[in-house]
Amino acid sequence: MAARTGSNRVAFPPSWTARVAWLVFGIYFVYAASHLELTPARFFSGLEHGAKFVARLFPPDFHRWELLAKGMIESLQIAVLASALGVLIAAPLALCAARNLMPAWATWPARAVMVVCRSFHPVIVAILFVKAVGFGALAGILALTVASVGFLGKLMTEAIEEISLKQVEAVRATGAPFISVVSYAVVPQVFSRFVGFVSYETDANLRNSTMVGIVGAGGIGGTLFSAFQRFDYDFVCAIVLTIIVLIMIGEILTLRIKKVFGI
Amino acid sequence: MTDVRAWERFSIGERMGRFAVYLGMVAAIVASLQTVEVIPEFISDAPEQIGDMLRRMWPVAWGFYPEGVHEPLLESLHIATLGTVLAVLMAVPVAFLAARNVTPFAWLNYGAKLILVSARSVNTLIWALFFVAVFGPGALAGMLAIAFHSIGFTGKLLGEALEEANRGSIEALEAAGAPWLAIAIKGYWPQVRPAFWGIVLFRWDINVRESAVLGFVGAGGVGMALDTALNLFQWERAAMILVAILVVVLVAEVATTQLRKRIL
Amino acid sequence: MQPAATAVPATAATAASPAPALVLRGLTKEYVTGKPVLRGIDLEFAARGITAVIGPSGTGKSTLIRCINRLVEPTSGQVIFDGHDLVALNRAELRTARRRIGMVFQEYNLVERLSVMENLLSGRLGYISPFKAWLRRYPQRDIERAFDLLETVGLSAHAHSRADSLSGGQRQRVGIARAMMQEPRLLLADEPTSSLDPKTSVEIMALMQTLSGMHGFPVIINIHNVELARRFADRVVGMTGGRVVFDGSPDAITEEHLKSIYGGEDWLE
Repeated sequence: MAARTGSNRVAFPPSWTARVAWLVFGIYFVYAASHLELTPARFFSGLEHGAKFVARLFPPDFHRWELLAKGMIESLQIAVLASALGVLIAAPLALCAARNLMPAWATWPARAVMVVCRSFHPVIVAILFVKAVGFGALAGILALTVASVGFLGKLMTEAIEEISLKQVEAVRATGAPFISVVSYAVVPQVFSRFVGFVSYETDANLRNSTMVGIVGAGGIGGTLFSAFQRFDYDFVCAIVLTIIVLIMIGEILTLRIKKVFGI
Repeated sequence: MTDVRAWERFSIGERMGRFAVYLGMVAAIVASLQTVEVIPEFISDAPEQIGDMLRRMWPVAWGFYPEGVHEPLLESLHIATLGTVLAVLMAVPVAFLAARNVTPFAWLNYGAKLILVSARSVNTLIWALFFVAVFGPGALAGMLAIAFHSIGFTGKLLGEALEEANRGSIEALEAAGAPWLAIAIKGYWPQVRPAFWGIVLFRWDINVRESAVLGFVGAGGVGMALDTALNLFQWERAAMILVAILVVVLVAEVATTQLRKRIL
Repeated sequence: MQPAATAVPATAATAASPAPALVLRGLTKEYVTGKPVLRGIDLEFAARGITAVIGPSGTGKSTLIRCINRLVEPTSGQVIFDGHDLVALNRAELRTARRRIGMVFQEYNLVERLSVMENLLSGRLGYISPFKAWLRRYPQRDIERAFDLLETVGLSAHAHSRADSLSGGQRQRVGIARAMMQEPRLLLADEPTSSLDPKTSVEIMALMQTLSGMHGFPVIINIHNVELARRFADRVVGMTGGRVVFDGSPDAITEEHLKSIYGGEDWLE
């Protein structure tokens, strides 16, 4: 059999769908960028401005540390209470939303509630609560609780829907009441994942609690926003650094807690 | 004589550890409850106030959409998409630096991880404040805010995906004498590619939500329209904007879920 | 055309006929309307002995077993156990009835992340309050019984191991011990040996035989393996196409019977 010369054998056949997709995306990129007026000139002048700005941030100014501490503590309170409330509401709601355990008249409303809760950014929810219940930590707590219910609920429902029903069947066959079936056949299968979800959500609440203050819902965000508006950039830097440290501590703490539960 | 055979679910050490954690959690909750500055009347008033606000939002001002919602909504979408793209471009090299198996220098790992932690600890809104101060109000600030915040999560997840990559194919490439860049492209990249696209889609979905609020600090998008409407007590218009945001978010979530199913 | 059920009287249980432990009357199950999987089953089970139910896959053996404790809801018929028709009971009464019916599953159905002890004690869940169950506060009597049962099945060394660290045969022994914790008056077994190797299968069947003899409760086993059925059962019920086509002593099964049960001729409609 003669070898083919000038063959059409291609080692890596091109994927035309992928190429078209990239082309479309490239066109979109250029269109959107021009729409947003992203010109190189603007970018470079901004860089220069930015360098000056960064210089004004340093050194960070901690002399108003009492104000800083007060704001941080309020943010922590908001995060803790929102997470606790969120878990309390999300867990039974997630159980109701599990299609493998519950009938349709329970799952549809539960799922609808969770979807609405997480569709809006916590800041938007915070603004609405500020308009409804006034400035302060209450609006922040309510807003982050709503967000937690939405996200935690979704994650928990997915975990419950992935369990093996055989274990549930066996426990039901012993004549156990519903709650015992849940605590012996459902909980052991999802507990370690739940601990992961709760720690993730607590971490997210801690981040969000530093931000809802910008719209008046309590916490360090308000202090930060007013510092910005007063051009008190040294203080801004101090606040941001404190936030970063706090969140890092939070992440380390949750890792330790997960170890205690053997995750 | 029969010994009483006891059975406990957890050992003493385990129980103490768990008890300490539960105690800590309860203490934190109680402490927060007692010290948080919330006026009790506000709590009891809350349901009525919320109901009042919802009533004012009805009927929704559907006609407001073309004139006051469509353009800003599109702008938010552009901010989200471009911001995600930029974040991914910046995150990939940092992720490679942060992965212990790719970059064997510990100080580089720590440095990269520090950058990632800092980036995600600062909220998108706070980044937006910063960029508005530097570049002036508008979509550019918003896009950069999204980008810089997203690096944190994208880089972290990507780094974790890299650390879970299989050594086998890497070893083969090293044995063949391939330079570092070639190993990165042909050894690591194919393994993390599905995870990568999943992460990108996930992040884009979140950024669509984030971009809607950037307007509150002047960084462009539909948030500014919402802020105006709320400040002028134009509740029906605000409701229209909220509905529009809801629809966009739902569509984005469905789209990304479907795409992620195809990839994984 | 209806096949006639060949009823060969079993050698046991004719002397003084005490009341049957379980009676099935007209038990019918349709998963899809118009296509019944069980067609009006009438069976009586004595208070002692092992009954093996044999037949090809899909013939309703598993459905039959599960209809007895209503893990599958019968479409019609009666399941009379302990003086009550189980089909007519409400949920609370059904739970009370299920406490006295132990069940062993093909894939063991243990709670994998819990320890062997916890799996055993979960057999008592029908007897203690959910709150105590959550806190794992079982009466000492139950704990003693659990340890004794572990010894009986030869797993004392694994009391605190996680269930998913055990082999298949060990897991099934835990499953049997869990059923025994209920102090059952009836033991159901749905293909208990189908996931086990031949040697372990014999051990499991022997264990059930021993326990049933010791404590005096009837066992109904849904099983594929005719040899095991012949070896361990006191009575064999052959099913095909949702009907009982053989009911008698294992010695009385002939090649003809097996052909009619397992195919060779088309009994299915």
